[in-house]
Amino acid sequence: MAGNCLQAVELTTSGRPVLLPTEIECSLLSAVDLECEDLPNFPHLKSGLLILTTHRLLWLPDSTTTIPTASSSASAIPLAAITHIFAAKKSIKSMFHSPRLRFQLSVSPEGRVPDSGSGSRSVVVTVVVRGKSDLDAFLSKFWESWRGRAWEIGDEQGSSDAVSGSGSASSSGLYTREGTVRMVGVSGILRKEQEMWESTDKSLQDAFQDLNALMSKAKEMVMLAEKMRQKLLSGSQPNDEELGSKQEMQDWMLSVGIISPVTKESAGAQYHQQLSRQLADFVRLPLERAGGMMNLIDIYCLFNRARGTELISPEDLLQACSLWEKFDVPVMLRKFDSGVMVIQNKSHSDEEVFARIKTLVMKPDALRTGISASDAAITLGIAPGMAKEHLLTAESKGLLCRDISPDGFRFYINLFPEIDPNDLYLVKDYGIYHTWLRAASASG
Amino acid sequence: MQKLGDFKLPQFFNYPPYFTLQPVRDTREKQIQLWKDLILDYCKTHHIFVIGLEDQDFPLFSNPAIERSLTYEAREAFLSALVAQGRAEWLDKSRRKCLVLWHRIQDWANIVLDFVKDNGLEDSVMTVEEIRTGIESRGTELHGIDRTVLMRALKMLEQKGKLAIFKGTTADDEGVKFSI
Repeated sequence: MAGNCLQAVELTTSGRPVLLPTEIECSLLSAVDLECEDLPNFPHLKSGLLILTTHRLLWLPDSTTTIPTASSSASAIPLAAITHIFAAKKSIKSMFHSPRLRFQLSVSPEGRVPDSGSGSRSVVVTVVVRGKSDLDAFLSKFWESWRGRAWEIGDEQGSSDAVSGSGSASSSGLYTREGTVRMVGVSGILRKEQEMWESTDKSLQDAFQDLNALMSKAKEMVMLAEKMRQKLLSGSQPNDEELGSKQEMQDWMLSVGIISPVTKESAGAQYHQQLSRQLADFVRLPLERAGGMMNLIDIYCLFNRARGTELISPEDLLQACSLWEKFDVPVMLRKFDSGVMVIQNKSHSDEEVFARIKTLVMKPDALRTGISASDAAITLGIAPGMAKEHLLTAESKGLLCRDISPDGFRFYINLFPEIDPNDLYLVKDYGIYHTWLRAASASG
Repeated sequence: MQKLGDFKLPQFFNYPPYFTLQPVRDTREKQIQLWKDLILDYCKTHHIFVIGLEDQDFPLFSNPAIERSLTYEAREAFLSALVAQGRAEWLDKSRRKCLVLWHRIQDWANIVLDFVKDNGLEDSVMTVEEIRTGIESRGTELHGIDRTVLMRALKMLEQKGKLAIFKGTTADDEGVKFSI
């Protein structure tokens, strides 16, 4: 509940804001206060994270220091309600204070930010930047987003209003010129040059158009993919063939995921933190499908595929995963003895996997010829690379033994503890050794 | 029951992982112990004194029934364990040949003493070859004993004053005077 003034912001389990359908993040400032002297019931918003998007200004409490209370929880101010942004005042006084930014907000008579339409009252809100941030860069992005009026566009393709290119203002003047011109003399040459300049400018503008068109199309594609996924899920009983292509479709759709990538530009010093949270959100679904554990390399590929542009480096990924320890997210990074790194659900249980492996390896076929990583992968329903890690871990716990031969790398149930060192020929008529002997002799 | 010559093979000889050197410490220790015992028993049954690691004719290191055989590294590991226990010795620095003491030298010395007593040879003289291959030794464990091993046992007895070793007429045939 954001006091009674501002709109509430929904958060994901990792503390990231839930964005509106076409909303994209633009910039981020940390250690920010929001104040409003004109409204007595304005909430106490101190030292939080200010996120600028195409639609709203979001203020999130800093999860590591402040305890969210009723009055200082995640709040939003729709850009639509902002009526004016003041230019930054540079004075001697401002050099000693924390940098400030002021804008005018339209509210209802009771002092609430309206959900739609505009209020009748006008108040001034001050943003105090206590941390080290570039306020000028933020201010220019703030202008852009506010001028962009993305909230008016909805699902339609962005009109030329959304283009931020400064060329559009001056070139629109040129476009209103009518009539053909004859190319003669010096004026002809000058005109030719101007026309060339015009066409270059036009194609630049079109290019920007395309980029915006692409961005909005991305949203459409995601919706389309979601529809198709639903359709496939509710489809009739699949036979093996259908199942194969169904898998393909799902994989393809999974890769079309995120519209609002957290970038270094928009998040600044907070980059790794925000990335870390976004990664934790993203990873939930693929992890489920992979059975609770997934190779870090696979995550790297999936995540970057979904981002499309603004790819992250392997170091960024590793850093983002390491940060998970600091937050309360349901996933963790794990390194096996072999050096392989995986992401797994915190709820994953090694013991359960070992029990399943033991059952598998005590079957008559497995007793005779052992199991390979692929056999285990099929039975356990996980990737072969993951299966091998599990088998190696089970071996190190003394559950399995390895057998390396021209037939390959296979694992058997560990018989060594069952053999009596004082009587090498003794086989009891119960127990694992007995079961193994029966199975081994059966093949003749 | 499977056999290699006269030697009875235990059931775990058909367990494929037995032929792969195990990396996990506890498992490996058990595996080494089983191999050590098997090697000693086999050598004793067949009177084998020297194992060449590269030989194909030491059949214990392979099991054709399950198509498995020990790698060179594994053979070296198991024999080294025997050496560390004092039941074997490397005959060369490059560790390609190993002397297996399925009786310790001390045990062989006692066997020689028994042999001497059983045949009433307390004050007599014999050549080393006669001890090894002579009529008296037939039917005893001394028959066909590796010469190096016998010399070591004799030297041990010499130090205890039970006999004296002297050079014979030819360069490679030494003699022994018992004084037990």
